[in-house]
Amino acid sequence: MKDFKRISVRRMTKRFGDRTAVRDFSLEFGKGEFVTFLGPSGCGKSTALNCITGLIPITSGEIFIDDECIDDSRDKVPPEKREFGMVFQNYALFPHLTVRENVAFGLKLRRLGKAEVERRVGEALKLVHLEGYAGKFPAQMSGGEQQRVAIARCIVLEPRLLLLDEPLSNLDAKLRVELRYELKALHERLKVTTIYVTHDQTEALALSDRIVVLKLGSIQQVGSPSEIFSNPANLFVADFVGYKNAWTARIEAMKETAGILEVEIKVQGHVLNARLPYPEGDRRRAAVVEAFRSGCEVRTAIRPEDIKVGSFPGMNSLRCFASLVEYQGHSSQVSASFAPADGGGEATSCARMDLRSAIRVAEGDQVDTAISPDDILVFADPSSEAAGDDAQECST
Amino acid sequence: MKGAGRSGALFLLAPALVFIVLLFLYPFAYGLFLSLTKPDGTFTFGNYLRFFADARDLRTIWTTLSISVPVTFINVGLAIPFSYYMRRGVRGEKIITFFLIVPITLGTVLVSEGMLSYMGPNGWLNQLLMVLRIVKEPFRFTHNYLGVVISLGLQGFPYAFLMLLGYVSGISPDLEKASQMLGASKIQTFWKVLFPLMVPGIAIAFCLNFVMAFSVFPSAVLLGQPSGPTRVISIAAYQWAFEKFNFNAASSISMVMAAIELVVISIVLVWRSRTYKGASIVGKG
Repeated sequence: MKDFKRISVRRMTKRFGDRTAVRDFSLEFGKGEFVTFLGPSGCGKSTALNCITGLIPITSGEIFIDDECIDDSRDKVPPEKREFGMVFQNYALFPHLTVRENVAFGLKLRRLGKAEVERRVGEALKLVHLEGYAGKFPAQMSGGEQQRVAIARCIVLEPRLLLLDEPLSNLDAKLRVELRYELKALHERLKVTTIYVTHDQTEALALSDRIVVLKLGSIQQVGSPSEIFSNPANLFVADFVGYKNAWTARIEAMKETAGILEVEIKVQGHVLNARLPYPEGDRRRAAVVEAFRSGCEVRTAIRPEDIKVGSFPGMNSLRCFASLVEYQGHSSQVSASFAPADGGGEATSCARMDLRSAIRVAEGDQVDTAISPDDILVFADPSSEAAGDDAQECST
Repeated sequence: MKGAGRSGALFLLAPALVFIVLLFLYPFAYGLFLSLTKPDGTFTFGNYLRFFADARDLRTIWTTLSISVPVTFINVGLAIPFSYYMRRGVRGEKIITFFLIVPITLGTVLVSEGMLSYMGPNGWLNQLLMVLRIVKEPFRFTHNYLGVVISLGLQGFPYAFLMLLGYVSGISPDLEKASQMLGASKIQTFWKVLFPLMVPGIAIAFCLNFVMAFSVFPSAVLLGQPSGPTRVISIAAYQWAFEKFNFNAASSISMVMAAIELVVISIVLVWRSRTYKGASIVGKG
């Protein structure tokens, strides 16, 4: 394996006809890093991955490994010469070959000796806990086992970059979690530079060193799992990582204490206070200030699990009426509508909350909730839209 | 209940059974009976002994094989690269498919008649070749071995091609990508991944094409030299049946035909099972 320090993707763009699947994609990652492309289906994450492998020619941009240019949209190193490994959602094992032959496929192409091939295949199968399976055919194995063979088939070649395209999406929930642990352990052990594509935020948060959130081919945010989770760059990212309450609001008042922006917003006449963790010079902060000046509408972002039942000092209180309760074991997902504060009119806004099951709520119940000012984010970026389509609708 | 259900299922099978018995088993058994009897109904091996002793009839086996085996190899051999290049669809695929199907739908006789005038000594093709000074005098495309081969190619290639196209376009494109990512070139990917997965399709296409070519009759008569170089085995059977009115001899020849076809099919199937060992247990690609 050729050693390297960084892989850099510079302004990579892919157009299919007049549709842009990947737009101005720039990203650097270091050796050993685990980077995840996260986004809903159709956001271009798989296309971006395939562009990096060279399987899809890029329209413009460049890809470098250290100083070696492997793709500048005119000339490229073909995929088979890049020494990358790829794992597919549907496993893509060769059905006519045994597990041993599948794993040995790449080694044989490299004309290694028989003993060497045998030894490395054995080691790779041991790494994925499939020692006894060498003679089986893929069709005789479960999905999880097949995917482990696919992983072994890649890592046996010690690739410079390992690319996984939704590798767990075809598996059932239990296997998905098991294999996720194994992937994590494998990465801890081998430190293979990895790009992982998924639409599942849990997988992204659990596995990644860094997450790249994509929407319609454009990077929305790059950050560590905790940055993405607690400090989303815009409403799209917020919605995608679980800030399900995107209410329309207006900023009534604003002040700054010790660098923290404190705003008072009105949602349907209900006054809510929010402390925004946006640092000086942040785009989100500038947008909020601008929205306050111009009186434009803003959107909130609140996690369902941050809405509590009861009344606490220093917290915002909001009276709702439960319209739909989904029991989920340890907690219940509750959709509740809240009426305009001045009394008149229909209940139009909907609160989604995640309540401990000990709190009994039935449909139609009045629920007095409390939300901490620290748990409310406010976005004023006009271009930011929620990923979910029905964030505002209350199902009844 | 269970018994009733089972007999009900058997009842549903009846129409198919009737078909097989009336249209295949009975004629076959009757043919076998005829081939082993004299015209008066007494048992004999004489029909077979006569066939193998008659040099002119025996030679038809070689003649037929020398037409059908190369034709089958050409048809399947061409169908493999064509289906490979068209596996993801190409522009104008519907039109190409249409023109390939036309010779099948027109039938052998019409195609042969068309070839006779188009490729004959005064046909357009020879006139064109002479104008272009590729040949000095008309090239003989018809009334010889070549004519029969061309006709069987026109008829057999579309079958082989369409069948293989179905096979190869059913192979997940991710397998090719996976192979490429593991370091295989396009050619290596073809030989190590696509070709082995096409083997079952190639085997079936080969068998069907061979059987069609081996039982050739109309084009051998119309486009060949039925008295000499293209006197195929079915012509021999025809002559015994409808010129000499010896159905027993004719039946024995058709039994020999069937036996040769079975031998070739067995060889192909053995090749298939040797090459594609995953066949019996692979359900999904």
